[in-house]
Amino acid sequence: MSDKNLLLEVQDLKTHFHTSRGVVRAVDGVSFSVRRSRTLGVVGESGCGKSITSLSVLRLLQRPGKIIGGQILYHWQKRNGNEEIIDITALDPDGDEMRSIRGGQIAMIFQEPMTSLDPVYTVGNQIVEGINYHLKVPPAEARKMAVEMLRRVKMPEPERIFDSYPHQLSGGMRQRAMIAMALALRPSLLIADEPTTALDVTTEAQILALLRDLQREFGMAIMYITHNLGVVAEMVEEAIVMYLGKVVERAPVRNLFYDPKHPYMMALLQSIPKLGRKSRARLQAISGMVPSPFAVPPGCPFHPRCPKFMPGVCEVSEPPVTDFGGEHAVSCFLYQ
Amino acid sequence: MPDNLSQPILEVKDLKKHYPVIKGFSRRLVGFTKAVDGISFAVPAGQTLGLVGESGCGKSTAGHCIMRGIEPTSGQVIFYDRTRGPVDVVQASPDMLRHLRLNMQMVFQDPSSSLNPRMTLLDIVSEPLIVNNVARGKELQDRVADLLRVVGLLPEHMHRFPHAFSGGQRQRIAVARSLALRPQFIIADEPVSALDVSIQAQTLNLLQDLQEQFDLSYLFISHDLSVVEHVSDIVAVMYVGKLVEMAETETLYHNPLHPYTEALLSSVPNPDPDAVKNRIVLVGEVPSSSKPPSGCYFHPRCRYAKPECSQEAPALREVAPGHVVACHFAETLALRGVTAVRI
Amino acid sequence: MTANSITTPRALSQEERRAMLSVRQLMWLRFRRNRLAIAGCAILAVMYLTMLLAGFVAPYSVTTTHERYVSAAPTQLHLVDADGRLQWPPFVYGITSKTDPHTFRKIYTPNPQEVYPIRFFGRGETYHLLGPLQTDIHLYIVDDPGKIFLMGTDRNGRDLFSRIIWGSRISLTVGLVGVLLSLTIGAFLGTVSGYFGGAIDMVVQRAIEVISNIPQIPLWLALAAAVPSNWDPVKVYFGIAVVLSLVTWGGLARQVRGIVLGLRDSDFVIAARYTNCSTFRILSRHLLPNTFSHVLVIATLAIPGMILGETALSFLGLGIRPPLTSWGVLLNEAQQVRVLLQQPWSLIPALFVLATVVSFNFVGDGLRDAADPFSGE
Repeated sequence: MSDKNLLLEVQDLKTHFHTSRGVVRAVDGVSFSVRRSRTLGVVGESGCGKSITSLSVLRLLQRPGKIIGGQILYHWQKRNGNEEIIDITALDPDGDEMRSIRGGQIAMIFQEPMTSLDPVYTVGNQIVEGINYHLKVPPAEARKMAVEMLRRVKMPEPERIFDSYPHQLSGGMRQRAMIAMALALRPSLLIADEPTTALDVTTEAQILALLRDLQREFGMAIMYITHNLGVVAEMVEEAIVMYLGKVVERAPVRNLFYDPKHPYMMALLQSIPKLGRKSRARLQAISGMVPSPFAVPPGCPFHPRCPKFMPGVCEVSEPPVTDFGGEHAVSCFLYQ
Repeated sequence: MPDNLSQPILEVKDLKKHYPVIKGFSRRLVGFTKAVDGISFAVPAGQTLGLVGESGCGKSTAGHCIMRGIEPTSGQVIFYDRTRGPVDVVQASPDMLRHLRLNMQMVFQDPSSSLNPRMTLLDIVSEPLIVNNVARGKELQDRVADLLRVVGLLPEHMHRFPHAFSGGQRQRIAVARSLALRPQFIIADEPVSALDVSIQAQTLNLLQDLQEQFDLSYLFISHDLSVVEHVSDIVAVMYVGKLVEMAETETLYHNPLHPYTEALLSSVPNPDPDAVKNRIVLVGEVPSSSKPPSGCYFHPRCRYAKPECSQEAPALREVAPGHVVACHFAETLALRGVTAVRI
Repeated sequence: MTANSITTPRALSQEERRAMLSVRQLMWLRFRRNRLAIAGCAILAVMYLTMLLAGFVAPYSVTTTHERYVSAAPTQLHLVDADGRLQWPPFVYGITSKTDPHTFRKIYTPNPQEVYPIRFFGRGETYHLLGPLQTDIHLYIVDDPGKIFLMGTDRNGRDLFSRIIWGSRISLTVGLVGVLLSLTIGAFLGTVSGYFGGAIDMVVQRAIEVISNIPQIPLWLALAAAVPSNWDPVKVYFGIAVVLSLVTWGGLARQVRGIVLGLRDSDFVIAARYTNCSTFRILSRHLLPNTFSHVLVIATLAIPGMILGETALSFLGLGIRPPLTSWGVLLNEAQQVRVLLQQPWSLIPALFVLATVVSFNFVGDGLRDAADPFSGE
């Protein structure tokens, strides 16, 4: 675990939303790290705070969301070889420094390519816009870079795609365009927020293969946000599991799937139908439902649904983190 | 053991839905979008047929054609009604259709849009009973309470509005509504796709329990192959409006005979980090149903394509008992199915 | 579906209460938080209340002339008397009038010798409060021969403020009547057009297009001129309301059609069809209720247009006829530049129009924001 390899350190991040109905603690004390050129999965269902975490990292939060605590340390490898550690939470979200990080150092691709691409500009125009902001290159050069990027993401006829509008492309192609836009500036970290959830499964396979190839080629780190356990198993080296704004388990991917410690993760694995295992038996569903974010249960947030619930313990206080070594840690009273 | 020869509840025969494409100032008919292009299958009574395919393959359109919410262009939909016997839904008179709708119902994908936000649970679930003069007053409320209990909701909540419930609960309300008229057959159109992973299991369990309890038959439409495998007895695969393969679930999943089925199965991300990543990645995009390729629609993306594939469209034929495929080389190809999962 | 214990009771009851709220109630909760909208509501409430109690609030009737005080400036209110002492209630001085020998215009000078305190709830002219109920109590009045012209008088010597108050009865209601008429035609045709499509849709849409392409102001003028001049003023009032609504129903119909088009293919409408709901039931139970919030917004935002329309027509002399008065009729007298310069208070009715229109806009915007994203959260 050499420090030289750390790229992003999120320490005790807290992002809260003050709404008229109460406070939503969307991210409530989340810590994790991403290392250079490695992949991290962020697993969780809706309401767990995974998307808000990535928006916090990029300081793209909308009101009433606000980072109220914690640090996001980015290890910036400057051109002169020195490394500078910057606390993103301390930056002005609209300032020059944050803007050069966004896109230049950390890029993001989203779930719905149709709504993330501007429908009134051509694809090429949008890629070039990003290039022009961060680098000062003549237009012909920017165009060349953009077309080259489209070629790298395996777009058929990159020159023609450059002049096409988003609505003229299929879902898979739009996603490729977005990846091209994100990687055009060779960021050190790519945040992929459910990039294949809206795609068909054969297109998803194409995009996942593409991302794996691109990572080998460009060497960027990827933070993969998804609720699809199959994608997690295939794409990431280590993962964190989030529930209601907290990290409940952190482990390398093999440990997570073959030796899950947190009851939520165990129950999740048991509840999904798996290809190749046909049985008419009922699935082992997790009882109850995700509580409303305005009524987060006290103590361990999972306790009302937990099959291993221990009365008098789990609802009283937040569970401590237990380290199992080998980077496997859990937040649960079971291991006290 | 599911038996294809057991009495069917629904038989679809050569169902087609073609949308005319009209272009230009002079409103010329330039062609057709063949959303559904001649599909045939049978749902055995008391069992589940899974209809699987990617977006644009026509599976949802097929579902609405069967309900006659969309008027089919041609074909037959024979429903074995419990009182009136076999009836062709496509040709049914308005009166007959009204009767058939008591026995055929649908559950939709998005529980937020399938419930009228301005109606209470009581209103929503009781509407089928009111409109069809099945019950009134106190009896109506009792039946609604029963239905809510059957799907795992509290009858005390019947005066609440849909916005007060989570996605999974809303889907339960939709299921309760579909059960109100005690149908024999339910089309479930992507019923769990819009739900969280941990809720999907609950909903699938509910659907299975109800099937046993009320002897229901399901047409389960979905793009999620793992879910379809879990609930279906028979699975049919659609591609650009056509049926490319159909067989009993285990047979299809372990021994697919169509290259598209093989590719589909291999594309599904496997929640097993050690599983060998030997994925077939298809080239190209799903063609649009308004301009499908010549011959076999899948040939431009098929690894095994030969010249005759672009010239002649393969017919759907029975290659093994209960196993139909539309491929010229179904007998000779050695395709890979799923391997059993360790976890 | 079991769940382990403990959920804080306080949170439960709040969620529970919220769960029982209908869409309309939720919308009202959201609306309440919009300060501008509430301010608009308050202003409109005051205006409409005043309108209802016109006779009470206005010291004089709409036709009362004070021949000796033609084109008088607004009366000054005083709180401090000649000895420098604070007086309550405020008082006014008597007015002496002289005619300027050169311009033949009246010159009014206050006479400190005559002191008339304002009488709140004092007695003045008799008027009908509600129906046959008559009274002579006014919100404020001064004893004869004192006069109180808060906003001056017109060239006939009539108190402008009283006429503004009485005129509000026309100005504030003709818009409502017009919108109601517009809505009735527009919502019905828009729904039918949107739901059934096809030939019905085509016919209705072309009709709307033809009507909307006729220039609006000339159309208003033509229709207003078509209202017979020998009709009694009340009939003229309704005639003007009909004229206003005939021009705007098209826009409303188009918007309603758009909403219905969007809703027509919703899953819940399809589900209703699949359970044998009749077309009538679908339209009345499923489509129409879901258009209410939109229609309310559209209507609220259409009212200012109507008010301005009536004002414009009356200003040009083609709208309301005497003895009925509206703010537009009052502004008619401010048409000449000479009047503007010498009696600038004649423009005050315009401020009332402005206040009303702006308030309706705030309320309409507030409604639109409150109706907007309705998510299950």
